[in-house]
Amino acid sequence: MSVARFWRETLRRYNLGASKCPDCETVFFPPRPVCPRCAVHRKSIAKMEPCQLSGHGKVYSYTIVHEAADGFEMQVPYVLAMVQMSEGPMLTGQIVDVEPSQVKEGLEVKASFRKLREEGEGGVIHYGYKFAPASQAPKAP
Amino acid sequence: MREVAILGVGQTQFGELWDRSFREIGIEAGFQALESSKLSSRDLSALYIGNMASGAFIDQEHVAPLVLDYSGLSGHHFPSVRVEAGEASGAVALAQAYLAVASGEYDFVVVGGAEKMTDVPEDRGSAISSSTMDQEWERVFGASMPALWALAARRHMIDHGTKREHFARLSVLDHENGSKNPLAHYRNKITLEQVLGANAVAEPLGMLDCAPSSDGAAAVVLGPLDRARKFTDTPIRIAASQIATDTMALMHRRDITTLDSTVLAAKRAFQRAKLQPSQIPLAEIHDSYSIAGLMALEDLGFYQKGEAGKALANGEVGIGTRLAINTSGGLKAQGQPFGAVGIAQVVEIVRQLRGEAGARQVSGATVGLAHNVGGTGATSVVHILERVN
Repeated sequence: MSVARFWRETLRRYNLGASKCPDCETVFFPPRPVCPRCAVHRKSIAKMEPCQLSGHGKVYSYTIVHEAADGFEMQVPYVLAMVQMSEGPMLTGQIVDVEPSQVKEGLEVKASFRKLREEGEGGVIHYGYKFAPASQAPKAP
Repeated sequence: MREVAILGVGQTQFGELWDRSFREIGIEAGFQALESSKLSSRDLSALYIGNMASGAFIDQEHVAPLVLDYSGLSGHHFPSVRVEAGEASGAVALAQAYLAVASGEYDFVVVGGAEKMTDVPEDRGSAISSSTMDQEWERVFGASMPALWALAARRHMIDHGTKREHFARLSVLDHENGSKNPLAHYRNKITLEQVLGANAVAEPLGMLDCAPSSDGAAAVVLGPLDRARKFTDTPIRIAASQIATDTMALMHRRDITTLDSTVLAAKRAFQRAKLQPSQIPLAEIHDSYSIAGLMALEDLGFYQKGEAGKALANGEVGIGTRLAINTSGGLKAQGQPFGAVGIAQVVEIVRQLRGEAGARQVSGATVGLAHNVGGTGATSVVHILERVN
């Protein structure tokens, strides 16, 4: 993935920037230019409101990956999950800082800023969110 | 709109065809289809090719005129169109060609599907194979195709009590059928124990839950039903051809244990064909991963949600039962050359309905269904085919 292609989305990947429909108030991540839920799209086009996810969510489904996706070879075995965020959106991401066998449906997790992968020796390093068990997340000072 | 029939079919060997190029396999399938229909290339109005990723696999785009040219047809100057819809490219190409013939604009067309997947190293191949998911919001975070299907599998187990052994049985069934198909990538039989004991890929899915990367091509010839008898004794009517879509990313679905695109494509197809799922004795279903096949059995309407696993475990599905599935060997054993899959499924149904399926022949079937999926279900296509008496 080119540097520009990754950089364009950093705001969302680093800060969990989402969007909310002004009409039905559904929150979407990644942000969408138009609300797919509202039958009358005109109400939301160019009117979606930026908002931020808290980072809190629960594991909806999970898998322990042994054959890595391209660029994730050094991380196997790793847990990939779908996490339902407290604001509603479902996110796909890794669960870290936990024994893979301990990950279960319903586990409360918190998003954390992490290194995702490196693009080879001379490539860029991709950062973004991963999730850690909420019980282990460092407390705010 | 007029009725459309399949007049001829062709298919190459599926597998690692290191000695054969993309254009060679494309041409072979097309000529076989023409040959079996007694049509002359002069009768053709157009060529359609389903292909997912020739640019990535062999650095060659613009493959539709390429195959036409090396088929010796460039002098006819007729339209040659490539259709891309991920792993559903083949069936979507067929759906477009069906509409063109049904509309009356074209009379006779060849629809091929082809993919050359083994000219790239394995890691590059797996990256290309992941390109039908959302690159920005799934792949970047470590998702692979098997990992996404594993997420669906895990949730299916949580919500519907499905067991790991249930979907493992689909791989056993595919290999059993594939052993009787001379064109299949894999012709070895496997046991349930082997599937369950295979190396884990993305839990609960293991190596033998995943369809292979294959080279291969398949083709059919379409024409108006009312002129079909001139070219074949056994025209197969396309009773329904329906495409439906859904969100790109699996995480954005209403329910990840169901492909709504498949549910809707099937519902519309059954309405159009004036048939019920219970009247279908024969189906080729898209089981790129075993769990995808189990979900398809439910989403196509053959079983209630949560019931397909038990049906598989009880041996209610397969040749010799009321529902023969993947008699070709399915994606797992016949192979998975992406762009060719949707056409090869239709080729198999046609061979079955014509009684030309050899050792894997299902007796007495007059109607069959083919189900092709792109990505994790952003596109689904259902075709229903019927023997004309």
